[in-house]
Amino acid sequence: MSAGLVEARDTDGVAHRARARRSRWLRRYGLAAAGGAIVIAWILVAIFATSLAPYPYEQVDVTKRLLPPSAEHWLGTDLLGRDVFSRLLVGARISLIAGIVVVVVGGLVGTLIGGVAAYAGGRAEEWMMRATDLVMCFPPIILAMAIAAALGIGVTNTILAMLVVWWPKFARLARSLVLVQRSQEYVEAAHVLGYGPSRILFRHIVPNAVGPLVVLLTLDVGTAILTFAGLNFLGLGVIPPTPEWGQMVSEGRELVEQWWVATFPGLAILSVVVGFNFLGDGIRDWLDPKSRRRGATPRRLCWRCATCAPSSIPMPGPCAPSMA
Amino acid sequence: MFRYLTLRLASMAVMIVLSTLVVFLIATQVPADPVLAQLGDLQSADKELVASYRRKWGLDLPIWQQYLLYLQGLTRGDLGESISTHRPVLEDIRQYAPATIELATIAFLLSLVVSIPLGVIAAVKRDTPIDHVARLVSLIGVSAPTFWLAFIMLAVFYGGLQIAPGPGRLDVTALPPPKWSGLLLLDSAIVGQWDTLRDAAAHLVLPSIVLAASIVGLLTRTVRASMLEALAQDYVRVARAKGMRETAIVVRHALPNALVPVVTLGGIAYAILLTGAVMTETIFSWPGLGRYTFRSAIALDFPGIMGITLVVAVVYLVINLIVDLSYALIDPRVVQR
Repeated sequence: MSAGLVEARDTDGVAHRARARRSRWLRRYGLAAAGGAIVIAWILVAIFATSLAPYPYEQVDVTKRLLPPSAEHWLGTDLLGRDVFSRLLVGARISLIAGIVVVVVGGLVGTLIGGVAAYAGGRAEEWMMRATDLVMCFPPIILAMAIAAALGIGVTNTILAMLVVWWPKFARLARSLVLVQRSQEYVEAAHVLGYGPSRILFRHIVPNAVGPLVVLLTLDVGTAILTFAGLNFLGLGVIPPTPEWGQMVSEGRELVEQWWVATFPGLAILSVVVGFNFLGDGIRDWLDPKSRRRGATPRRLCWRCATCAPSSIPMPGPCAPSMA
Repeated sequence: MFRYLTLRLASMAVMIVLSTLVVFLIATQVPADPVLAQLGDLQSADKELVASYRRKWGLDLPIWQQYLLYLQGLTRGDLGESISTHRPVLEDIRQYAPATIELATIAFLLSLVVSIPLGVIAAVKRDTPIDHVARLVSLIGVSAPTFWLAFIMLAVFYGGLQIAPGPGRLDVTALPPPKWSGLLLLDSAIVGQWDTLRDAAAHLVLPSIVLAASIVGLLTRTVRASMLEALAQDYVRVARAKGMRETAIVVRHALPNALVPVVTLGGIAYAILLTGAVMTETIFSWPGLGRYTFRSAIALDFPGIMGITLVVAVVYLVINLIVDLSYALIDPRVVQR
């Protein structure tokens, strides 16, 4: 009898603990999981867009223009009678590709420049960081607009223009990360062992400094997709009839009565950017669990670096200000 | 302090000269031909005409001479003549700037009013549902495309509910105030045109909400983070030990210290507001710099877009300098480093 009671209490405890663990998991990783799910869903959509789309995205039918959402056209039709849903699915391709290409290439270039600058030091560092500062003294979208307009309209040119303005924040972040790592003992040890500078930089320092870079990369895909959509909205991007979300919003911006033309592509942008932001935020917590634990002192935000403040990435101390 | 200031000013001067070089190189070393873009297909066939335009804009000179000419013009405040409006770019900028300044100022104030309380509450109620909701809201706010938000606002409040005025700064029936500062709120208040003032204010509501939304998320997160840091300081513990009320601790002790890092966001907020302004103004037909930039870019009006880019970069540098200096004033520890 008494044994039964104990047993019952025990299973209760197990269930309770499981529940507690689940809720803790949700609190800690829920946002990241949701973000990851959204991102994966969109990637799948992008891959299978043409087979998922109920209509060919470029199919014009003037008799069916501006139809409201219905069973036939889930998200309605646009000015030329094209199916908004089909165009939206296919539009995922270009947005995701542009966002990822800009961030990966920009991130690599920036990290390389910043990392090498920090490790090399001296005159080389001075020059590289001045160049970074120079690009950073232009508000990104204005400079990107100027370059995109100058290069001519087209996806490749828009991506190129974005790359020109994209690398500096990675350069700054990578530099500050490497500067912190460089003074660590293990670097000195590697030095003593007689390893060469490139081996120390890429095999020892970079792996240790990579965390905040990953966070910035993930958060940044969202920003890049937003910027790309913005440039497309302004008419600097894809050439019609290629569907792109920003351009779809632009096509529907006068159509207040036919709200579906602009609303759904905008929701698509919002959802994919939210996905990347949740994911990046979650990765940040995961890499730096201390930052959200109750009672822990958050790390200082550095005051001069334009990269860590916007996304408030935990930085190992203030990054070295450019003047000083 | 003095040495710091001289260094900063010198480096800023160098940056400004270098940024003119960047702007100039983009304008001249690109495949697009502004003359052909401006003349259109029919006139471009006329070689004489094209050549005469090239001469007129100095496009036939060697590149370094063009740059020197450009610099020479800059020292006189001459940013060139806009190809599409046929007016000096500086004059254009002067005409369009007030609309943007008015909009951006209101939006900035609005975002402060929203994000400071939100950030403080999120920090004080850390890890409670309120904090999570604030985090969620700011993440979603950062993720919403400005141009889309502008469309939604117009569709709902102007098209649907019809409680907000449409695009533009004033109704067509409204009497514009005499132009003094170009800021409609100020100008109409000075001469006492209260109807115009009300109309201008009503037209500001939607665009400034849209513009503010682009920085609320960033500001809220920064306020929250720096508030958390402030609350963990010793002086807060001392104040608690003294038996001070929690509200007084938060508002009188922690908040002033927590707002210091927020000052530094000035430069970043400026850049974001300007980006947002390009989108917002395009949708709201706001006759400001954002729309001017957009139109110049589309028309390949290089003097126009280069002039804007340069002015914006210089203002950006100046704002960053002011931010850094004010930071040094607020927090003396910065200079000692």
